[in-house]
Amino acid sequence: MSLSEQQVTQIAYLARLSLSEAELKDNTKDLNAILGLAEQLGAIDTDDIEPMAHPLHMTQRLRTDEVTEIDQSENFQSIAPSTGNKHYLVPTVIE
Amino acid sequence: MSIHTKTIAQLAQGLRDKEFSSVEITQHYLDRIKQSDLNAFITVTDELAMQQAQTADEKIASGSTGILTGIPYAHKDIFCTQGVKTSAGSKMLDNFISPYDATVSHQLNQADLVMLGKANMDEFAMGSSNENSFYGAVKNPWDKNKIPGGSSGGSAAAVAGGLSCFATGTDTGGSIRQPASLCGITGLKPTYGRISRYGMIAYASSLDQAGPMTKTAEDAAIVLNAMAGFDAKDSTSAEQEVPDYTANLTDSIQGLTIGLPKEFFSEGLDDEVATQVMNAVKEFEAMGATVKEITLPNSAYAIPTYYIVAPCECSSNLSRMDGVRFGHRCDNPKDLEDLYLRSRSEGLGAEVKRRIMIGAYALSAGYYDAYYLKAQKTRQLISEDFKTAFKDVDVIMGPVSPTTAFDLGSVKDPVSMYLADIYTLSANLAGLPGMSIPAGFSNKLPVGLQLIGNYWSESKLLNIAHQFQLQTDWHTQTPQES
Repeated sequence: MSLSEQQVTQIAYLARLSLSEAELKDNTKDLNAILGLAEQLGAIDTDDIEPMAHPLHMTQRLRTDEVTEIDQSENFQSIAPSTGNKHYLVPTVIE
Repeated sequence: MSIHTKTIAQLAQGLRDKEFSSVEITQHYLDRIKQSDLNAFITVTDELAMQQAQTADEKIASGSTGILTGIPYAHKDIFCTQGVKTSAGSKMLDNFISPYDATVSHQLNQADLVMLGKANMDEFAMGSSNENSFYGAVKNPWDKNKIPGGSSGGSAAAVAGGLSCFATGTDTGGSIRQPASLCGITGLKPTYGRISRYGMIAYASSLDQAGPMTKTAEDAAIVLNAMAGFDAKDSTSAEQEVPDYTANLTDSIQGLTIGLPKEFFSEGLDDEVATQVMNAVKEFEAMGATVKEITLPNSAYAIPTYYIVAPCECSSNLSRMDGVRFGHRCDNPKDLEDLYLRSRSEGLGAEVKRRIMIGAYALSAGYYDAYYLKAQKTRQLISEDFKTAFKDVDVIMGPVSPTTAFDLGSVKDPVSMYLADIYTLSANLAGLPGMSIPAGFSNKLPVGLQLIGNYWSESKLLNIAHQFQLQTDWHTQTPQES
């Protein structure tokens, strides 16, 4: 199976990336080569194998439901591209 | 012996004996960094380093010191450092002054270390040659036309080139061991969960693990003592006791059983690299170890497995690089979608985009079972192979990389680059600890020997490596200064 340029454009969009004409050509070639590599996995019988969720088969820890973070919004927002009234600003979504 | 060829253990002794001060050795390293053309650093924190060195000297004078007090090091630019640019080698984070410290950064500060600067790396740790850095490729100190390896290429070049006493690294698919091998230094990737990932910019969260890159195994043990431990801020941090990693270095390795996986010595491995690795194994036999051939039948599938699992995780982890809360934002976005599309497309490099797209595709509806689920099942099989092997052997040995360092710019297509990771990926997929130690030279370029141990066997690996370094002098060789 092989990806077309149209499919690669769609994948790029899903990942919120835009590709130039040249990037689209290169990526179509490279993505197909990488997926070709992945096709090798088809040779292995994995029917009764549990997928590995964690290298050490650990479960997620739970903690008590209490506030542990202090308010650092000023500190964190000092590096944001655009803020106002403690919000992160982006172009208007709803008029 | 000059300052920059001394180990941590030697510098610590010199500091205690008042042979030199931390300010003096820090200045020595800063001068060398200034004169260097290796491009090993993204940011040099000279003022901060001199302040930290002064504080360290005061502590040494008052007698309240640990072994790492006043030792200068290079910190991989993937660890958040409060008030200091943390770029992860990406244009996306070129303006990112971290508002907080990674747990590792905090631990190293607590140990009164001196941070010389932030080491260059492949963008978001994706690469095997350090050519994917927004800040340009790093040069190998042994031959400046060669790659230093990646992704911790700046860290390896800084240590090998005498620009820092040691460095931190991270290893998702070999990013500590492979550059350590290609630059002729000692590198340790601990068991998954041994060192906190909090504040270590995530690439593939189920594989990422930090570790020390040093001149010797003894130094690696000293640094691991400072880095290891449980951290409540990292949900995958292991609640596992931290031993003193220096305690067992001098144990005898008489009776050690070494496993050599036949798959690690098959086609694709450079003859001269194979010879050097086998010579090192013979050295262990002379020290009383026995050697056994073993098989890791599914290790051949490590490359396709890794290059599905890691991109899937990265496509999720890097979705936060969107130009909204931090990092690069495009000029004059016309709407929210334009903001996302252009900020990400301008801020991220070619290899990062490639892996994000592979991940986005492999996780998308209709393809999840064929790619991600299949890869996670294969990962289980790769892990089972090691479990079987460790019933019979104490440690697995083999090459780190199929060749020595290749020419800068010589490998152009991504798949060929991925194939060079063949021997390092399995340990990450299984979550096992691995090391690279200097084991010889081929054509004047360093060759590393890889050690892979069972879970939580870092002490054993360091012991084996230290015993080898007592018998050999490969780790004391330094590149010629030009």
